[in-house]
Amino acid sequence: MSDPATNQMRDEIKSAIAENPVILFMKGTPDAPACGFSARTVAVLESLEAPFAAVNVLPDPRIRQELSALSGWPTIPQLFIDGKLVGGCDIVMEMHETGELQRLLGVRDGAGTASAQAPAEVGAAEPAPLSIENLL
Amino acid sequence: MSIASARVAATLESMSVSPDELKVRIESAIPGTRAAVSGDGHHFEAIVEGPAFAGLSRIDQHKLVYDVFGAELGDRIHALSLKITATEDR
Repeated sequence: MSDPATNQMRDEIKSAIAENPVILFMKGTPDAPACGFSARTVAVLESLEAPFAAVNVLPDPRIRQELSALSGWPTIPQLFIDGKLVGGCDIVMEMHETGELQRLLGVRDGAGTASAQAPAEVGAAEPAPLSIENLL
Repeated sequence: MSIASARVAATLESMSVSPDELKVRIESAIPGTRAAVSGDGHHFEAIVEGPAFAGLSRIDQHKLVYDVFGAELGDRIHALSLKITATEDR
């Protein structure tokens, strides 16, 4: 399609994926997810204390449309790590259970469970999760 | 119930999808696959296994099932949660 607005949206999405090592396209925001699947995916990433960028797809239907055209993945949420689509909620859950997600994110197994109470020093060094509210 | 709301209810009913429909469509579209599907007419969970998934990445396994439904996903089928197992080809 040669619609310039469409191309611009697609380019914005592409660069957001390229610029953020961990980025989640979701319904709502990490603080206020608007869908159970998005909420569960956020909860896993937060339990691993993995910093991630988040894009809310709800403000404009074109975000979701262009994202799915780009990724070939029909549903939301979509998690990208190092520029590659990891999957949606089911796959993120499965990979969390098997430890693959922790490896991909470079965090220890069991982070967020046993070591959840071991605290502040980690929190201080950790960059705040970036929130991209709207790509427009 | 008024006639209007009965009509709306009937329309909603005809738009909803049965778990059996999903099961049959998955099994007939992907040869050798067995599916167990549960759901409320809009949100579904499917446990799917078959040889077609062997050697595929998780992403490609899920896409194989998503492709059975195309644009119905997110629309008529609001959500489809998948648990996929690859089995040995026989």
